[in-house]
Amino acid sequence: MEDSRLVRIGLRLATAVVLLFIYVPLLVIVVYAFNASRVQAWPIAGVSLEWFARAAADGSVRQAFLNSIIAASGATAIALVLGSMAALAVQRFAFFGREAVTFLVILPIALPGVVTGVALSATFQTLGIDFGLPTIIVGHATFCVVIAYNNVLARLRRTARSLEEASMDLGADTWQTFRHVFLPSLRTALLSGALLAFALSFDEVIVTNFTAGAGVDTVPLWVLSAIQRPNALPVVNVVATVLILLSVVPVYLAQRISGGETAGVTR
Amino acid sequence: MTSAAFARPPGVRRRLAAFLYRHPRLQLRLLLAAPLAWVVVAYVGSLAVLFANAFWRLDSFTGKVVFEPTLDNFVTLFSTAVYRTLALRTVGMAVLVTATCIALAFPIAYYMARIASRRVRGLLVVAVLMPLWASYLVKVYAWRTMLLGHGVINWALAPFGLHGPGTGEVAIWLVFTYLWLPYMVLPIYAGLERIPGSLLEASSDLGARAGFTFRRVVLPLVLPAVVAGSIFTFSLTLGDYITPQLVSNTKLLGNAIYDALGVPNLPLAAAIASIPVVVIVAYLLVARRLGAFESL
Repeated sequence: MEDSRLVRIGLRLATAVVLLFIYVPLLVIVVYAFNASRVQAWPIAGVSLEWFARAAADGSVRQAFLNSIIAASGATAIALVLGSMAALAVQRFAFFGREAVTFLVILPIALPGVVTGVALSATFQTLGIDFGLPTIIVGHATFCVVIAYNNVLARLRRTARSLEEASMDLGADTWQTFRHVFLPSLRTALLSGALLAFALSFDEVIVTNFTAGAGVDTVPLWVLSAIQRPNALPVVNVVATVLILLSVVPVYLAQRISGGETAGVTR
Repeated sequence: MTSAAFARPPGVRRRLAAFLYRHPRLQLRLLLAAPLAWVVVAYVGSLAVLFANAFWRLDSFTGKVVFEPTLDNFVTLFSTAVYRTLALRTVGMAVLVTATCIALAFPIAYYMARIASRRVRGLLVVAVLMPLWASYLVKVYAWRTMLLGHGVINWALAPFGLHGPGTGEVAIWLVFTYLWLPYMVLPIYAGLERIPGSLLEASSDLGARAGFTFRRVVLPLVLPAVVAGSIFTFSLTLGDYITPQLVSNTKLLGNAIYDALGVPNLPLAAAIASIPVVVIVAYLLVARRLGAFESL
């Protein structure tokens, strides 16, 4: 089907408009970070770097970043192990209830976040578990498992089993095959799963808000409370700008991972 | 490496490997045990605790949960006009946001998949993907500053004698659409890209005009991808209580759940939470019939 000239121009225009829609709000925040005035009004009063220094010196911001990194690492580790195991079971074996397992694993991202949050909060309270970083990790791991699961499952579907059989035929035992054939074939899937899980956890606020309890701030929780204090907004702008710039890192890494993968295939 | 392994008599490791190899069912059980235990204990268990609470009630005098089965919470839910309004408003918002996301996502996804050159396509995928990694709260916050009195929107509209939507339902709709748009663009793009060009050529060879081919060939093939995207936009809208709170005074179901938990009235919160769960499970069942799970 040849799309007519008019259609092409229209689509190009629509694409440009959507891209503007996506990027203008992010740009506005970056500009505000350099605002010389304490008052948040457009256009900004003048350019200043003052708030960057203030944000860097803010202990609560640094603590929030540290907490977020710990929580995301913990949740990612749990998710990678459990998600890969489930994917392996579902892909390599036919068993009664396989559909149910798939459904169970997908459920945590399909159900609304507020439900997951309230459910976990109610359970922790009922069991008398104190809220803190461990409860945040458990909360995040529930939905991160799906991410690892999906990535590994997609890879398993595409890799031929014959590689492993060849390895066994050549005398390698299950462990050696696992270590030298199976794991390398999953490597990029695990990496991209870990990346996505880490990013999701780092950014999560809806479930976190229910499982954090008082006194433990992750970056999103810090932002959430600071947004509502007008005199904290200049520092929020700086933190927001840093977060926007940080989002380049996973995109770059994801490109590297998938780029390396295609290179590996053609080699 | 392997010759050394042959030379040694089979060790415990090797015997265990052989044993596992001969017992695939055991392998399966070992593989499934941990993830299933996790999902069942941490997630399904929590859901069970939550919905058990929906059938208990709060003693309004002591403020403690009374453990005797009752349908009181659901009676409250169905007899109070507020909850009906909230439920309708929330589901309506989810439908509206989903429809807007589809309308915005289709042109850009189509452009990416079928018109853009390879290089431009790669750049566009990154451009759409990037905000997905940018913080959710930063995006809501950005809109909050743009929508408020001295924000960019009023500044840009002032020369025309207009002013922005301010804070309210329109603001929620705008921000949700903004937030979930990439979740719709990416599956539709992937769905469009999977359609073999030969099908479209066959359609036009057989005399179909572009519009007809689009309606009768492209749309049916890409429908599962659209439904897959809509699972995200729909579920994310149903479960969000932060955005309504930050960009408006309007409440959605999520806010009602959050407020009930703050009272604290866990049984009522649980009963309200059952509404989005029922809606989304029904949606998932329909989505599965439409083949959306393969496009996730």
